[in-house]
Amino acid sequence: MIVGGIDVVTLISMLMVASTPVLLAATGELVAEKSGVLNLGVEGMMIVGAVAGFAAAVTTGSPVLGFAGGALAGAAMAALFALLTQVFLSNQTATGLALTLFGLGLSALVGKPFEGVRPPPTGKVPFGPLSDIPMLGRILFSHDWVVYLSLALVAAVWGMLKYSRAGLILRAVGENHDAAHALGYRVIAVRFAALAFGGALAGLGGAYLSLIRVPQWTEGMTAGAGWIALAIVVFASWRAGRVLIGAYLFGGITALQLQLQAAGYAIPVHLLTMAPYVLTIVVLVVLSALHRHGAQAAPAALGRSFHASN
Amino acid sequence: MNRRSFLTTTAATAVAATAGLPLRAAEPMKVGFIYVGPVGDMGWSFQHDQARQAAEKALGGKVKTTYMESVPEGPDAERALTQLALQGNQLIFATSFGYMDAVVNVAKKFPKVKFEHATGYKRADNLGTYDARFYEGRAIQGYLAGKMTKSNKIGYIGSFPIPECVQGINSAFVAARKVNPDVEIKVVWAYTWFDPAKEADAAAALIAEGCDVIMQHTDSTAPQAKAQEAGNVYTFGQASDMSAFAPKPRIGSTIDNWTPYYTKRFTDAVEGKWASDATWGGIASGMVEIGEITSAVPDDVKAGALELKDKIAKGYHPFTGPLNKQDGSVWLKDGETPDDGVIAGMNFYVEGIKAELPK
Repeated sequence: MIVGGIDVVTLISMLMVASTPVLLAATGELVAEKSGVLNLGVEGMMIVGAVAGFAAAVTTGSPVLGFAGGALAGAAMAALFALLTQVFLSNQTATGLALTLFGLGLSALVGKPFEGVRPPPTGKVPFGPLSDIPMLGRILFSHDWVVYLSLALVAAVWGMLKYSRAGLILRAVGENHDAAHALGYRVIAVRFAALAFGGALAGLGGAYLSLIRVPQWTEGMTAGAGWIALAIVVFASWRAGRVLIGAYLFGGITALQLQLQAAGYAIPVHLLTMAPYVLTIVVLVVLSALHRHGAQAAPAALGRSFHASN
Repeated sequence: MNRRSFLTTTAATAVAATAGLPLRAAEPMKVGFIYVGPVGDMGWSFQHDQARQAAEKALGGKVKTTYMESVPEGPDAERALTQLALQGNQLIFATSFGYMDAVVNVAKKFPKVKFEHATGYKRADNLGTYDARFYEGRAIQGYLAGKMTKSNKIGYIGSFPIPECVQGINSAFVAARKVNPDVEIKVVWAYTWFDPAKEADAAAALIAEGCDVIMQHTDSTAPQAKAQEAGNVYTFGQASDMSAFAPKPRIGSTIDNWTPYYTKRFTDAVEGKWASDATWGGIASGMVEIGEITSAVPDDVKAGALELKDKIAKGYHPFTGPLNKQDGSVWLKDGETPDDGVIAGMNFYVEGIKAELPK
């Protein structure tokens, strides 16, 4: 289907692939922030996931093991962050920024032997005749398994936060860690788990970048995707469903502006590129206006250190 | 540390520094570089870094080089250049177009330090510029693209709409049209020199538009990887040979060879003969090299491309009239060639390109 010189089907299937890395990272960061920890190290965890996933896939020849390696490496980075901020009570903002810088340097060092190497290809999921359905087939049934996994994870996180007991505990810890502690929940353990999950997803997102979206390892290849993931969590006002919308919106605008250019439109690229960020600010303003007298959208204990003695 | 001991230490350091000065003359001269991407980008910055190492080796210990990679264009570049100057580097290379104002400012602050700016056009007594005629390489890519395309659509991933990129687009298009009058060129501006994910998306968008030859003016090999995945798409190595993607999709390449230039400038500086000037080398001087044209290209096409290369080396200009500007007005009359000033400031497309050049 072609509208105004743009093939809508290609656009949508492209934006799904382009958005998957930030969607994964943002979903992970959402869980971490819901537990009350602000981890600004998403970019660092993503890039370490990208290089570790790439290295694992190339060494073993299996993309699946590659993604597992990426997730593990991301989780390890997050565990380091958790150790520093939860046990040693270091400042979360500074530690998060340090994690990003550390990740960028570490990945460059580890990645040297993998420059110019080709990763094993990840095939599309075989849906048989389903992918031949006009339009819908290409939009819905023509992707690799990680795209579906990312969507499933969003649904799982949404369900977990909203309906499960574990989700309730997680939110309690993020809203008021003293009360949760008084009730007998182990605040540090919950936050450790939430951070590790967030790190694993960021690592998975990074591995998607190096194994499927680009596909190759290049130093510094995340190029700010981790920061976009952080912006999406705020844009989504800490709700899983809106993270999906935010990620596809951010990815969609990138895909759209490139396609518009390829179709020969003279468009103000800079306006389109900054649109998601302007939207994020607008959402923040609207949120704070709406919640002036009620509950804030952000978890109340976000960014605050917890120690049982307080 | 109390104030008194601080003052004593500072004074001691100052004395030591002054006393150390005569000794320093015997030490190797320090030369600094800043790169816009990581040295592992396998493209532009990689190529500068290879040349830096080769030139340092050629000078055999008379020169000691350092570099800073991934320095963003803008205010950060000024900080990086200042730092290099304060560290005692006598000759400093700024290797990206966007460092222009930063290097001009820092050169003013350090009149005794020599600066060189790649692809720029602002000069001072201690600030020279150097550039390669990349558009000569683009002409050969354009020839190959015109011959190889089946869809008659060539895709071009531009970085920023600056003269250097516009030259490349025009040169490739002129050469492609000469061998294939039906050919069209589609341009996507990535507004970055280095962002593998965005470059890959740009390539994907062009492939989705039906382009089966992709040229890039960005620094990573991501578009090559994307073309390889698509299958029947051809690409060219940019800045570096990118031979990991040969014989297909990469069917040829334009290689920036900075080694002879850096070696010469290092030598000039060591011998005290360095003077600010504007160097603009091309295929003839070896600054622009054409990488191996692979077996994916039919023999007669390959021969034609090599013939064009020889012609350019002997003085044929890729922009030889008759050529019109995009709006149909006459740019060059029959047999006329533009002077370097016009090329260096090129801000228009030639006739036949449908896209609009962003302002």
